Amino acid sequence: MDFDLSEEQSILKDSLDRLLADKYGFEERKRHMASSDGWSPEMWARYAEMGLMALPFTEEDGGLAGTPVETMIVMESFGRALALEPYFPTVVLGGGFLRIGGNDDQRAEFIPQVAEGALKLAFAHTERNSRYDLNHVETTATKDGGGYVLNGAKSVVLHGDSADKLFVTARTAGGTRDENGVAVFMVDVAADGVSRRGYPTQDGQRAAQVAFDNVKVDSADLFGNAEDGLALVREVVDIGIAALCAEAIGVMSGMHELTVEYLKVRKQFGVPIGQFQALQHKAVDMFVATEQARSMALYAAMMADSDDLDERARAMHAAKAEIGRGGRVVGENAIQLHGGVGMTMEYAVGHYFKRMTMLDVAFGDADHHLRALAAEGGLSAA
Amino acid sequence: MDLRFTDEEVAFREEVRSFFKENLPEDIRGKLIDGEHIDKDDLVTWTRILNAKGWAVPHWPVEYGGTGWGPMKQYIFLEELQKFPAPAPLAFGVNMVGPVIYTFATEEQKKRFLPRIANLDDWWCQGFSEPGAGSDLASLKTRAVREGDHYVVNGQKTWTTLAQYADWIFCLVRTDPEAKKQQGISFLLIDMKTPGIEVRPIVTIDGGREINEVFLTDVRVPVENLVGEENRGWDYAKFLLGNERTNIARVGISKQRIARIRELAAKEMSGGRPLIEDERFREKLASIEIDLKALEITQLRVVAADAKRGNTGKPDPASSILKIKGSEIQQATTHLLMQVMGPHAMPYQGEEMEGSNEPPIEPDYAASAAPGYFNYRKVSIYGGSNEIQKNIIAKAVLGL
Repeated sequence: MDFDLSEEQSILKDSLDRLLADKYGFEERKRHMASSDGWSPEMWARYAEMGLMALPFTEEDGGLAGTPVETMIVMESFGRALALEPYFPTVVLGGGFLRIGGNDDQRAEFIPQVAEGALKLAFAHTERNSRYDLNHVETTATKDGGGYVLNGAKSVVLHGDSADKLFVTARTAGGTRDENGVAVFMVDVAADGVSRRGYPTQDGQRAAQVAFDNVKVDSADLFGNAEDGLALVREVVDIGIAALCAEAIGVMSGMHELTVEYLKVRKQFGVPIGQFQALQHKAVDMFVATEQARSMALYAAMMADSDDLDERARAMHAAKAEIGRGGRVVGENAIQLHGGVGMTMEYAVGHYFKRMTMLDVAFGDADHHLRALAAEGGLSAA
Repeated sequence: MDLRFTDEEVAFREEVRSFFKENLPEDIRGKLIDGEHIDKDDLVTWTRILNAKGWAVPHWPVEYGGTGWGPMKQYIFLEELQKFPAPAPLAFGVNMVGPVIYTFATEEQKKRFLPRIANLDDWWCQGFSEPGAGSDLASLKTRAVREGDHYVVNGQKTWTTLAQYADWIFCLVRTDPEAKKQQGISFLLIDMKTPGIEVRPIVTIDGGREINEVFLTDVRVPVENLVGEENRGWDYAKFLLGNERTNIARVGISKQRIARIRELAAKEMSGGRPLIEDERFREKLASIEIDLKALEITQLRVVAADAKRGNTGKPDPASSILKIKGSEIQQATTHLLMQVMGPHAMPYQGEEMEGSNEPPIEPDYAASAAPGYFNYRKVSIYGGSNEIQKNIIAKAVLGL
């Protein structure tokens, strides 16, 4: 058992943290958020130069053979900086579909483009009525000659407005909630019949709703099996959950540090308010929740590439649940301990709180994952 | 980073498990599973089995009988012990006074006391708390006045766990009433057979008799029973309380109790089906399991950091997290175990049932559920209450 980063991992962490400290202050972030893309193409290019886009892919595919631990490092740093760039949908989710679901041709064509930062991806899966259920897919893929025709609508496609290609789930067979009959297609956003409406999310990131109106796709655009795409989706989403847990750790520790700092400088009744025990204990509750969440993010990273699918799914349920409820403890207390200033858009802590809140509702909130874990018999019933 | 156990650690775990399986008397294990108190003879028997194997005091330096295991092996050993479950060696000897003696006492004292602690020839109890000195321990008033070759001790100690079995008590006593409160305290070892010591039981809310008041009236203690220097006792006490937090998370105990909850929730019925099939119940159980998994990894992070840093004798202040979360989880499991029993948690089958020929009220496994819940309210109070732990984190970790 070893919780230390390797030398290479430490270098990765240090150099990314340094870059973000230099270039991604709160004011710069505000500027990126207000720009037309809603994020920074310049930073995107810097990440690509650092090799971040190539991290999770194998060396044969043109990547750097990073493990989930490398992804964890990057996502935690992004969380702390509240980075806005579409790394998660492109490299973690999109990259996941490419490397796990892609055949030789697909990997050879797209992975190098992602690795150099030239191709942006998004995952179009959630629908108006699906909530967090991955099996709920109403969008249809109807066989049409050698290919398929897609019809349906997808909601809250993270960074769907800036993506070049979308991974779209659609039903080739079965009823709306059947486990079988879901396929994953890669669809170009410029294809006829694809319409997108981009918007900002509560936390200053971007998303889109996307409609598919008789969109023709080729069988070469199919990732994995046309009937059994859900297994691929589940695997990629599990990898995604581990990454979001890591991002949450960056967010939670960022807002905890800001809060403790504030308790030391803000004076009332003639003393720093951090001398009041009622506030100290809340700050400790935040610390405990952050460290417990960090342990679960480590657990999620460790389990993200496990071949035991059942154990992997349980681990992700547990991790996402712990991070969801711990994140709320940290976030709400961070605002409370800052008092009025915590309520202002001008101050960073509220932005951390909003990111944390949206991380909870992405890919299943704490209640959802607790229920799912309980339904599967808990953690120790494996 | 690799969060798996090494092959060597896995093999060690197997070795420990099979030793427990082959050597722990079944009736002792049964009492632990049923949540019953084990008696003095049980613990003496088991400690001597462990000691014969060389495992009674694994964390002590090798020269005093320790095993030389690193922090990870010690962690594995304790977790397996708790999960099996097997009785933990008596903490007052092996975790508290033992380390104080091998760190601060004279060679003579080491020779005299340490082997008898390891073999549980001497049963030790702790004389720290007083009626007026709880969280504010340094305000203790028990006086020790030097008269020739003796200290004469007068005062009262309280919450003294298992003093009724004790051969010795280690006490904090005030030797300099003029000094600032932390600076006038000494650490004395007192033979419980000395005239002037009276032990009175305190019955706890579960009906149990674990704790006592200890009255000391003109108790004459040879000066050779002073540990270290006079008036330095507070330093030794802080060292001791730091050690007390080792493995305070008690992850193995909570794991064992969760297994028990699962087992009994499959027997108890609710809404016409086994309780374990009830969604609300399963969510409560899963919720505790998630917290426990996080705690286990937090504990392993602390252990791995210890292993790396080498044993400095100073606990990581972050280990206060282990006390806080560990106690919360232990309390949550005892409450859930009581809930499993439903109305059958009600019958009180306390001391008056002992020696009776009447069969226990059914189901017999329910008898300890409510007392277990009541009793475990103590875990967020002893060893520095959770509020005190939060003060420690606020100061030592957050710098507030």
